Amino acid sequence: MNTSIIQSRPDFAAIAAWIPQGSSVLDLGCGDGSLLRYLRETREVRGYGVEISDANIAACIANNVNVIQNDLESGIADFEDASFDFVILSQTLQATRNTESLMQEIVRVGREGIVSFPNFGYWKNRLQVMLGNMPVSDELPYQWYDTPNVHLCTLDDFEFLCAHLEIRILARHVMANGNDVIVMPNLRGSTAVYRFRRDA
Amino acid sequence: MFDTPLTFKSGAVLPRYELMYETYGTLNADKSNAILICHALSGHHHVAGYYFDDAKNLGWWDNMVGPGKPIDTDKFFVIGLNNLGGCHGSTGPSSNDPLTGKQYGASFPVITVEDWVESQARLADRLGITQFAAVLGGSLGGMQAMQWALSYPERLRHVLAIATAPHLTAQNIAFNDVARSAILTDPDFHGGDFYQHGVVPTRGLRLARMLGHITYLSDDAMADKFGRELRTGKLNFSYDIEFQIESYLRYQGDKFAAYFDANTYLLMTKALDYFDPARELDGNLNRAFAAAKAKFLVVSFTTDWRFAPERSREIVHALLHNKRDVSYAEITSAHGHDSFLMQDAQYFAVMRNYLNGIAREFSV
Repeated sequence: MNTSIIQSRPDFAAIAAWIPQGSSVLDLGCGDGSLLRYLRETREVRGYGVEISDANIAACIANNVNVIQNDLESGIADFEDASFDFVILSQTLQATRNTESLMQEIVRVGREGIVSFPNFGYWKNRLQVMLGNMPVSDELPYQWYDTPNVHLCTLDDFEFLCAHLEIRILARHVMANGNDVIVMPNLRGSTAVYRFRRDA
Repeated sequence: MFDTPLTFKSGAVLPRYELMYETYGTLNADKSNAILICHALSGHHHVAGYYFDDAKNLGWWDNMVGPGKPIDTDKFFVIGLNNLGGCHGSTGPSSNDPLTGKQYGASFPVITVEDWVESQARLADRLGITQFAAVLGGSLGGMQAMQWALSYPERLRHVLAIATAPHLTAQNIAFNDVARSAILTDPDFHGGDFYQHGVVPTRGLRLARMLGHITYLSDDAMADKFGRELRTGKLNFSYDIEFQIESYLRYQGDKFAAYFDANTYLLMTKALDYFDPARELDGNLNRAFAAAKAKFLVVSFTTDWRFAPERSREIVHALLHNKRDVSYAEITSAHGHDSFLMQDAQYFAVMRNYLNGIAREFSV
């Protein structure tokens, strides 16, 4: 199971690489609990997920993952300051409404935050826009009219938001087709994972 | 039959008592697959199935408990009991007091959730169960399940707290007080000793049940089921039963008053009102739950306004504060507080998946 998860979600391996054994983790929008299960099996984390969908709640429970049914944008207010080593938001940032306040909540509840998102500045996305259409790809599989994504951004945009919110980026891992991207990441990377904390 | 005196939280002592219980499934060799089901206000020991000589007497949670059901009696050894103070076989106000030879009536001590847990622990001792796989229940039953985790943290691995609350709100106590007032002011109540007068405070008990029933349903569920439908199809300009909802409520009230003991009803509502594990800790629920070690599943229902989802979230919050394992499911349901007794795909999936997880922890 572990290998298949890592193949289908390359950002999971990148996230796991940053998480020491035995950490406490809050996964916002945790889906069916795959990441938390993977982190429990490989990192022995103590974790909780927040999820809104009924099907995912039942799936998390089947995966033996702690899950709290709530809207992640309002539900995170229930968590106490610095109550987790890591708060993770994987491939969900672009679908959040109050993205700015959510970023602040992540660094309030977590000693560190980890966020992964599709890079809208990826050259294939730029190309599709240049040719006259909204991008549709593996990372952005929706049409413009049915997409849940309301706050898409590029790596540069995200880093600008962090600076604006006085959030310090600790590390960045950019990938395309499962491979690391070092050179010109904002153009050549399709997915990015960031690790950050409150700049205090 | 228990001969060791039980001292209640109130200080009252019951020298001996009987507990009526039923079991389903088989206790495994290391006695690790036992589940205790705690009942709510009007429940009892007959949780599932029916008796061979009484095919109509189906258990109150038969949709949830049985072979292949979410609480799978092929995997678990399930215990249902009638709580002390009840009126379904366990010692209660309608039982004979061996000291006087008369029914306890008003002399039966006011009982608390903690007292129940104490009596249930003695039943577990008797059955040789040192640790339950899970203790669970809905509503008042959920309060007992939570109290188990606080009173005997080592004696259970999981709590399933369904449609419950860390304590009743003022509004909730108010409903209970109106219900009690209906019984207490019935001339046939005779201060609780109506047994000697050969009467039953049927009118009070009936009103209490009717009121309760309204609060267990949602506005929408009632509107869907009854609407403004008239029994005879026209207005009769009288105070007889006209609307279908009136007919339904009176039927439910009559049915209940025919078998339930008024003193037991009073005791049950008092136990609800008194439950408040944070009371002696300055109202701090986080500190109250520090004692708990079990893993929790907390379930609420969106239209349950008597035990609202917000109240379940308070429980979840206190468990998170104490870094305990907890999952929380908020089931979208139209049926109000009664939802926890009804079949619902999402509710049952959550229960089944969680209980399957518990079953993986031991070998049958």
